[in-house]
Amino acid sequence: MKMRLLRGPGSAFYKLVSFVAVMLVFSPVAYSADTIKVGVLHSLSGTMAISETTLKDTMLMLIEEQNKKGGLLGKKLEAVVVDPASNWPLFAEKARELIEKKKVAAVFGCWTSVSRKSVLPVFEELNSILFYPVQYEGEESSKNVFYTGAAPNQQAIPAVDYLMNEIGVKRWVLAGTDYVYPRTTNKILEAYLKSKGVDDADIMINYTPFGHSDWQSIVSDIKKFGSAGKMTAVVSTINGDANVPFYKELGNQGISAENIPVVAFSVGEEELSGIDTKPLVGHLAAWNYFMSVDKPVNDKFIKAWHAFIKDKKRVTNDPMEAHYIGFNLWVKAVEKAKSTEPDKVQKAIIGLEVPNLTGGTAKMLKNHHITKPVLIGEIQDDGQFETVWQTDEEVPGDAWSDFLPGSKDTISDWTPPINCGNFNTKTKKCSGQNY
Amino acid sequence: MLRLLVFLLACLPLATAVAAPPDSADFETTLAGLTQSSFKKKTAAVSALTELKDERVFAVLNAMLESRLYYRKSDKRVVYAEKTSAGYRITDTLSGQDLGSAEKRELKKVSTNNKLRKYLRGRIATLSLANEDPEIRLHAVNQITTSMTPESVVALRKLRFTETNPEIRKALDEAIALVDVTSDDKKTRLKAIETLAESLRPESRAAISSLLEKDGSGEWRVADADIRREAQRALTQIDERVEFYGFIETTFFGLSLGSVLLLIAVGLAITFGVMGVINMAHGELMMLGAYTTYVIQQLMPNHIDISVLVAIPAAFIVAGLVGIAIERGVIRFLYGRPLETLLATFGISLVLQQLVRSIFSPLNRAVETPSWMSGSLEINSALSLTYNRLYIIVFALLVFTALLLVLKKTSLGLQVRAVSQNRTMARAMGIRTEWVDALTFGLGSGIAGVAGVALSQLTNVGPNLGQAYIVDSFMVVVFGGVGNLWGTLVGAFSLGVGNKYLEPYAGAVLAKILVLIFIILFIQKRPRGLFPQKGRAAES
Repeated sequence: MKMRLLRGPGSAFYKLVSFVAVMLVFSPVAYSADTIKVGVLHSLSGTMAISETTLKDTMLMLIEEQNKKGGLLGKKLEAVVVDPASNWPLFAEKARELIEKKKVAAVFGCWTSVSRKSVLPVFEELNSILFYPVQYEGEESSKNVFYTGAAPNQQAIPAVDYLMNEIGVKRWVLAGTDYVYPRTTNKILEAYLKSKGVDDADIMINYTPFGHSDWQSIVSDIKKFGSAGKMTAVVSTINGDANVPFYKELGNQGISAENIPVVAFSVGEEELSGIDTKPLVGHLAAWNYFMSVDKPVNDKFIKAWHAFIKDKKRVTNDPMEAHYIGFNLWVKAVEKAKSTEPDKVQKAIIGLEVPNLTGGTAKMLKNHHITKPVLIGEIQDDGQFETVWQTDEEVPGDAWSDFLPGSKDTISDWTPPINCGNFNTKTKKCSGQNY
Repeated sequence: MLRLLVFLLACLPLATAVAAPPDSADFETTLAGLTQSSFKKKTAAVSALTELKDERVFAVLNAMLESRLYYRKSDKRVVYAEKTSAGYRITDTLSGQDLGSAEKRELKKVSTNNKLRKYLRGRIATLSLANEDPEIRLHAVNQITTSMTPESVVALRKLRFTETNPEIRKALDEAIALVDVTSDDKKTRLKAIETLAESLRPESRAAISSLLEKDGSGEWRVADADIRREAQRALTQIDERVEFYGFIETTFFGLSLGSVLLLIAVGLAITFGVMGVINMAHGELMMLGAYTTYVIQQLMPNHIDISVLVAIPAAFIVAGLVGIAIERGVIRFLYGRPLETLLATFGISLVLQQLVRSIFSPLNRAVETPSWMSGSLEINSALSLTYNRLYIIVFALLVFTALLLVLKKTSLGLQVRAVSQNRTMARAMGIRTEWVDALTFGLGSGIAGVAGVALSQLTNVGPNLGQAYIVDSFMVVVFGGVGNLWGTLVGAFSLGVGNKYLEPYAGAVLAKILVLIFIILFIQKRPRGLFPQKGRAAES
């Protein structure tokens, strides 16, 4: 009897076991049907971990806060975090995993342009949504990507305008790391400066390898270039780690921000927290958000961040604000569309407005870029920025630069009747390529 | 604004009446103007302060420029603040009285921006023209020369009559010549050109070359051909000298790059060169040295100036011990199997990186530069050598000499050389080869740690520090000749200087590529490097 109870196919024990097994198999499915999954695609190891880990934490915080408010469409949000390990092909694999296997409703992620270019075909093939939070070189607009960072006309061009009109700069050094973002940005800036009547001889362009650490000759060249009797400024698209030795060399060779100011597009609060900022005081950065912005909405965000990360010393920065805006836009679009289906969200999100952290609003435009204010700040010795200039109102992001011959006549408009990422206004044709 | 105007008006008679004693009440009220947040109002307050002829103004402006000037939020009293471990130690600006210590949130800094700092520098320079210390006077003259106004020219001309120090007189002559070069009088002009021809200031060259420019319609800006001829001669003279100093400067840059290469490679020359271990974790041992510097600075925040000196032995010990642990734990099982060693040490390098990420976070850490290592040694206006590079050249040579002495003059060194030449024979002679292996690897690793201390002064201290240098260090050792310390020295300096001479022509990216191509070709021709090992030891 005893044996039969345990072994027989019709025994009570067998039924119990199979019931439990069925429960075990089905319950997670039943449970996950009640959550909306959000993919977080940021490197947590490798060289880019330094910048991207913070963005992963930001996303977890935003999702936690949204769940406290009751989730979305009556469901809880669930973050799915993967680690593409600063490895560009792995970004594409992980993106595919998120969309196909984990069935996420949207992905927030990427930092470098090359990682974005790597995942782009995946998002277009599987028709999902990516929110990209970092300032970039423009010249791209995909149906499946929303660019919440700055386009060149929201960072580089206003910064140059500030130097030209407020500081009276006549000679320009465009220094950058040798990859796609600085190359394209500098091409746009060069064309822009020439359109403003700057002479060829007054522009010096310099590229250095990734992680360049020996800046002696270049700084010495900049010093010579800057001693021709005209006010000189350096527009720096130098990336990441190479900035520290660059600023140190500037300080040691006696170039202060009063003689030759450096305006940087890749140096934010996070980067400054790892630098001895004394030699940098007075140098400039152009962003769309500073932690020092004195607005209640920003104070609230910083307080929430410190409570979430349990460290009062952690800073907030521009890409974090971009994720804050992107996430809120997505939430609003899902609520409006009453669905998380990419096609419906893509349609619903255009034209939506959410508050940004600098006291204004961010609006999602037809070209999948958003409106942003431009702020110029001077670096202080506590690693924060003091805003010295800002645009009167938000600047709409422009996907295709007006200063490059190839993209002058191109626009992006993801609403009917155009529905195209690179529509040529002269030939009235869409090139068909979405990025 | 109205109040400020009243102050300004009140200051006017003071400024003119030389005999009037400085009025303390005025100083106090004007000083209060600095606590406003608007930079324009602060600039006005600074201007009013300099008109006061009060001795205390100089110190206040200097403190403001160096961001040591704060005010107490409670009573808006302007104070000097000095950072201590507990908070700030504050001193009254009015009486010089010690006001005890204050916490950070009780104080607010009198903040400055670029414009204000530039203005402050100019004002301080004008005030220090009357200073007794000739060095400060010279600095003031140089400062004024960079941005001259009609008033400052008058002040400089006045000083020229009374100044006795020859160096300052020369600086004054140059400054005055910069103005005279545009004068209407031909004689004054020619004399000014003559003075400027001897000067290496960039302003002088700019002033002279502006005489040789043509305007929009193709006409010479300066009609007089004599002046143009003299200006041309002066310009050639200046350019020749600038070129000469540029040559010296490039050589210095090359030596400095070479010294960094020497530091990072000399440890590897021991582990790879002498022991034959391909240690991919060498870069991470440097990273540990750099992090040791950071930890030491955190432990002694008030003694930044000596922290780097303390960090040198500390980094040697930390990296050395880790090195010995690696050798005992992993490498000793893999001797004679280079490929396995390579993979194992690469794994160790990843482990060490992630370890640092977990302990210190993936963010870079800020290592402060001691004051004696910042700034530059100014030889003349065209040539200045940065102190941190100078010290690192000296330091690299010291480390190299010390290592050479250890290998040549100590019994450990003798045993190391014996083991590396013939292991079996050495063991037969009673040398504990295992013990020697561990110590040798520890020595090489320790030196990597010391190199890390130097790197912490040049670049980021972060988990990726090691990766950035590992290729360079292997490059130097292979180029110099495996197993030869002198080869490493010559290799490091020749690669450094070569790279720096290429850079102005080829750009930083191409220069690096060209150097690599050169080394590949060189290794084809001489596979054993610059100074190959000779004799039976080199057979295998």
